[in-house]
Amino acid sequence: MEEGLKYVGAGLACFAMFGAALGVGNIFSSYLDAAMRNPSAAQGQFGNLIFGFAVTEALGIFGFLIAILLLFAV
Amino acid sequence: MMLESINSMINQVATDPIHQFVLNKIADFQIGGFDVSFTNSSAFMLLAVVLAVVLLGVASSKSATIPSRGQSIAEIAYGFVAGMVRDMMGEDGMKFFPLVFSLFIFIFFANMLGMFPYFFTTTSHIIVNMALALLVMAVVIGYGIWKNGFKFFKIFVPSGVPPVLYLLVTPIEIISFASRPLSLSVRLFANMLAGHIMLKVFAGFVIMLASAGGALILLAPVALAGTVAVVALEFLVAFLQAYVFAILTCVYLNDALHPGH
Repeated sequence: MEEGLKYVGAGLACFAMFGAALGVGNIFSSYLDAAMRNPSAAQGQFGNLIFGFAVTEALGIFGFLIAILLLFAV
Repeated sequence: MMLESINSMINQVATDPIHQFVLNKIADFQIGGFDVSFTNSSAFMLLAVVLAVVLLGVASSKSATIPSRGQSIAEIAYGFVAGMVRDMMGEDGMKFFPLVFSLFIFIFFANMLGMFPYFFTTTSHIIVNMALALLVMAVVIGYGIWKNGFKFFKIFVPSGVPPVLYLLVTPIEIISFASRPLSLSVRLFANMLAGHIMLKVFAGFVIMLASAGGALILLAPVALAGTVAVVALEFLVAFLQAYVFAILTCVYLNDALHPGH
């Protein structure tokens, strides 16, 4: 039974990607909104954009990590 | 001994994506009961350091006013990290530039070396990343207390909060500070682990489709195109994760330099 429940847990952990996808979309949509209003200032914020994207995507990947841990390390 | 381990690395008939993360000992050393053997992880860490030192050393050996190609690349890397340090920490943050630059270059080279076929990705093990993140936090706490005394702990009591809320806010701030090394290390670890597993899974699809026979053989080139796309993504992620680690190091060091901001 526990062997099967591992796979159920791994599948449930994939729900984390839902929140991460929303977050990443938010970041890029705000950047595009602001870049359309103020195109000359857009290039200066590109570093912040990439940093915000990486930090947000990390949380989705934490969920993937839980799935991998359940499948291979438990 | 070295040839056997290289042989075993090349001849491993691995059909699952996890086999690439197995540590193989190249030279066995024990010091007082502790296993300090030289593994494939150590070999690639050594290769990353040697490559970085040689490339940057050769590039900056002749400091010509009109830089050669190699020197330009080294200057671009220097300027990139120096700009980041100055932005985050101000001019007196430049005393941490060697630490931030070394972290950035080591993680960048370690990630990039993992992209070559059959090479081991050292940053895909949590212990390597945890060691780097704990080093950063140790420098933050050590330097913060050494320079500011106990005023360093003002970062846990943000200004502008009504005093009655301190009972709630301070434990939350302490927990969030304690989770910094965890999130810093797990971000890099999970990105590298997930990326390389994805690479091997997509590559496995190509072989599985091509050997399935019948009409499925026509889907194998699609899987190959997918693999190429994932490889390109992984190169981007390798650079991006090194950049994010470095920039978060700067943010945390800024807390030590200027507490209470």
